[in-house]
Amino acid sequence: MWQALFDELKDRDFVILAVAMDQPDAARPWVEAALPAYPCLIDRDHHVADLYGLVNVPQAIWIDESGRIVRPPETAGSTDGFRSMDRTRFTLPDEVVAERNRIKALYLDALRDWAQRGAQSRHALNEATVVARLKPAEPAIAIAHAHFRLGQHLLREGRTELAQEHFAQAIQLHPDSWNIWRQTAAKDARGLAAGPEFWARVDALGDRPYYDPVAIDGPARPT
Amino acid sequence: MITVLHEQRASPLPRASADGDALWLERDDIEQATGWSWKPQGLCHGDVCVPLPHGAAGQAIVRGDSLDIAALWRHMGNPVVHDADGSAWVLGSGSAQRAGALATLEAPDFSLPDLDGQSHRLSDYRGKKVFLATWASW
Repeated sequence: MWQALFDELKDRDFVILAVAMDQPDAARPWVEAALPAYPCLIDRDHHVADLYGLVNVPQAIWIDESGRIVRPPETAGSTDGFRSMDRTRFTLPDEVVAERNRIKALYLDALRDWAQRGAQSRHALNEATVVARLKPAEPAIAIAHAHFRLGQHLLREGRTELAQEHFAQAIQLHPDSWNIWRQTAAKDARGLAAGPEFWARVDALGDRPYYDPVAIDGPARPT
Repeated sequence: MITVLHEQRASPLPRASADGDALWLERDDIEQATGWSWKPQGLCHGDVCVPLPHGAAGQAIVRGDSLDIAALWRHMGNPVVHDADGSAWVLGSGSAQRAGALATLEAPDFSLPDLDGQSHRLSDYRGKKVFLATWASW
């Protein structure tokens, strides 16, 4: 997914760590088809999501050379455009596609700027801004991750039914986590948790976003 | 056999015993399973020590050289979940701890395998800008 960008920037003391919120067997065909030159890590227990408070994919964190966070967890260039999909033909209106491409390009340009200019990039945020953008602590989310962790362990032990009970508790405690819901939901033949139940959950968001809007400053939006 | 899960550790502990919401671990099993050490001043990790509760509550969670780590873990504000028969336990990390760690802006470290089983630690990439990005097949 990020290979072209990595090829362009790898000589700039820049690395991509792709983390799959996934089972190894589900991630494998994707990695083997793309054969990325950057590390692709498998996080079946969602440990990184627990540490960084992640709820969906793709989300990203920018970490500088000294291990400091310079952009907090945020949507990595995706938009809610898919919500206006024609659900029988799987098509999107042209203007939605254009806006989606515009946001994606804005995000990639910002990432490129940071990879090339480091701390001089205006997209590397100052500490106060990063802290202000962090999500507040929510006790239920930590409990949800503990249930998810237990469920994954039970799944590996073949105790599938009991695992599902703990996944159900995780989903109930952390309803905003699409990572938890989609990884544990039933998949279609394509391996996607994108059936009627997915769309019902998306519709239930109402005015709330599926992806938090990408907060990259860029040229004014064309009118 | 009881397995205790904490952060990325999974420790099968033959000497552990469970009774309802209590999980009794011996001193060195606590350290193996959690990285925390049970000392006279309390449960310690690095420079941090959390004293056991005072009085009867503290006495109730100690039996000789065993400690009800689940009770103390909850006392510390961390989640504890276990399966129905008490054979698998998660000693989780509370939201205040997670949020506090992020707020320092030091990127929380972790180690994860790639598909060949080779592990990669975030802190191995010090000296480079790291674009840490998630994806999934689903």
